[in-house]
Amino acid sequence: MRALTWHGRHDVRVETVPDPEIVNPRDAILKVTSTAICGSDLHLYDGYIPTLRAGDVLGHEFMGEVVEAGPKSTLKKGQRVVVPFTISCGDCFFCKKRQFSACDNSNPAETFDASRLLMGHPMGAAFGYAHLTGGYAGGQAEYVRVPYSDVGPIVVPDHFEDDQVLFLSDILPTGWAAAENCAIEEGDTIAVWGCGPVGLFAIQSALIMGAHRVIAIDHYPHRLELARKLGAEILDYREVDVREALDEMTGGIGPDACIDCVGMESHGLSIDNIADTVKAHTFLGTERPHALRQIILACRKGGRVSIPGVYGGFADKFPLGQMMEKGLTIKQGQTHVQKYTAPLLEMIEQGKIDTTFLISHHAPLERAAEMYRHWHDEQDSYTKIVLKTEAATPKQEQKLARELA
Amino acid sequence: MAEQRTSATNRALIGAGVAAAAGAAAFLLSRRTGSGGAPIEEISDAPDHVWRRGTSRYDPNTLGQTVLIGKPRQELYDLWRDFAKFPNFMENVERVEKLDSKRSRWTIKAPGGSSVELVTKITEDKAGRAVAWRSEPESEIETEGRVEFIDAAPGRGTMVRLTTRYEPPGGIVGKGLAKLMQREPHIQARRDLHRFKSLMETGESATNASPSGRKSESPTERRI
Repeated sequence: MRALTWHGRHDVRVETVPDPEIVNPRDAILKVTSTAICGSDLHLYDGYIPTLRAGDVLGHEFMGEVVEAGPKSTLKKGQRVVVPFTISCGDCFFCKKRQFSACDNSNPAETFDASRLLMGHPMGAAFGYAHLTGGYAGGQAEYVRVPYSDVGPIVVPDHFEDDQVLFLSDILPTGWAAAENCAIEEGDTIAVWGCGPVGLFAIQSALIMGAHRVIAIDHYPHRLELARKLGAEILDYREVDVREALDEMTGGIGPDACIDCVGMESHGLSIDNIADTVKAHTFLGTERPHALRQIILACRKGGRVSIPGVYGGFADKFPLGQMMEKGLTIKQGQTHVQKYTAPLLEMIEQGKIDTTFLISHHAPLERAAEMYRHWHDEQDSYTKIVLKTEAATPKQEQKLARELA
Repeated sequence: MAEQRTSATNRALIGAGVAAAAGAAAFLLSRRTGSGGAPIEEISDAPDHVWRRGTSRYDPNTLGQTVLIGKPRQELYDLWRDFAKFPNFMENVERVEKLDSKRSRWTIKAPGGSSVELVTKITEDKAGRAVAWRSEPESEIETEGRVEFIDAAPGRGTMVRLTTRYEPPGGIVGKGLAKLMQREPHIQARRDLHRFKSLMETGESATNASPSGRKSESPTERRI
């Protein structure tokens, strides 16, 4: 089959690899129909995540059709499913508590030592995301093996377009959980750093949950425009001092809750961010948490900070005392996707949530490497890329290109 | 010129940082080995295998590990008591043959494709609570192990504690070599226990076997 593989920093290729096979009884094999490139795939592309190996198949946002099901799978051939990016067994202590991303069984015995060493405990597994999280092949491919297929995948009725439901795999639940972690109360102002896909979904979710106001922060005009269309007020941090603006917009108290949808590769030309960039490139640091530092200072006393943005290791110059003295509540983590798929699918069905407004580009899988470059270099105009695998032959690619044009 | 000076300053700063980190690491390591200082009173309630070097309960050849398994202890004990099932979750164990009610013959994969045979005898057997075994003199390696099943908090299942002890063939060098080849018994024991947990909870043992662009691997092969 054809698949997008990682070979090094800024080096991904579409190449032919063996087809996946059923290995365990609860496995299923999907023929992928749509798969997206996630903002967190850029951390892999930029070489920020350790334990990725040359040849690994990437991709953790995907959906498709069941073509083979193991004897203990509950899926049937021909069913259309969306697959959560977190691989969860459904049986361990954590899964039973519905903390699915903390699954204690999905990270295999061969790979779990690395994350135990780095994080203190072995992490749950994810598709296409380095060997720290299990080393499973991802879904930016024509076929993918889905472990514990009786627990994770959600079957979607035929009347939905792929684009409407694909994001149940990651960014929609992640944006929703980010807003949920803000414990929004009546009258609350929520500030969202980063208007990428997760930020946009967090804005939409916060408004649905009853936020009085949402203020979105970014520097890409097109992304800010999308945020404004959702109903957010917007701040371009190149034009205004963000903390001063937030204070002035909230009568001096600051936002009630802040969401960090930026993560480890913060932009911005402040002194701390330049120092972090130098350190990341000389292997003296892993994080560039400029946005999070700003959030802790900006959030109101006793407020809530929600962190869906990905971090991977150690940060310094971190305003820990400020976090304590202001009495902030911090909630964070990889999303427990399986907990949200069914209720969110229902909200899509009812028309309460729009999932398609942020898709800027469709392309065949065959052009995935080029799309990674665009996604990395042109973040203003490329707000979300969906790869279509049924067009993965040159002939079909031309046909799709004509249709799209 | 200015740029050159900046990069020289950067290098000096990086150098100073690395030196400070090395100093801190040396300090921490020296503290860990517990060289010097007053004798410790030994009052902790922790199991033997977590005691620090320099305390009376420390043994470098013992590994202990406890995992929480969401099953009743009798069920876990029953599977563990049937040594013939060990190859299901013990990657290095090729075969376990029952010789009599107490003794069994194990065939274990060793580094470099060879195998090692040993005969074990059950030295302790408390139904639903613990099983211990020790290698008989005719064995090629000297080893002993004990598995204990302890009730966890209500609703959480059982804490399974495996302690293994072995005399490394070839001493400390042999142990190092085995570690490099991922065949060191303590690494194996830790992974085996994880596989046992997965098998008991999920009915299968998790594997990342899937396709990659690496020619050396198949989609059904596990990878590290």
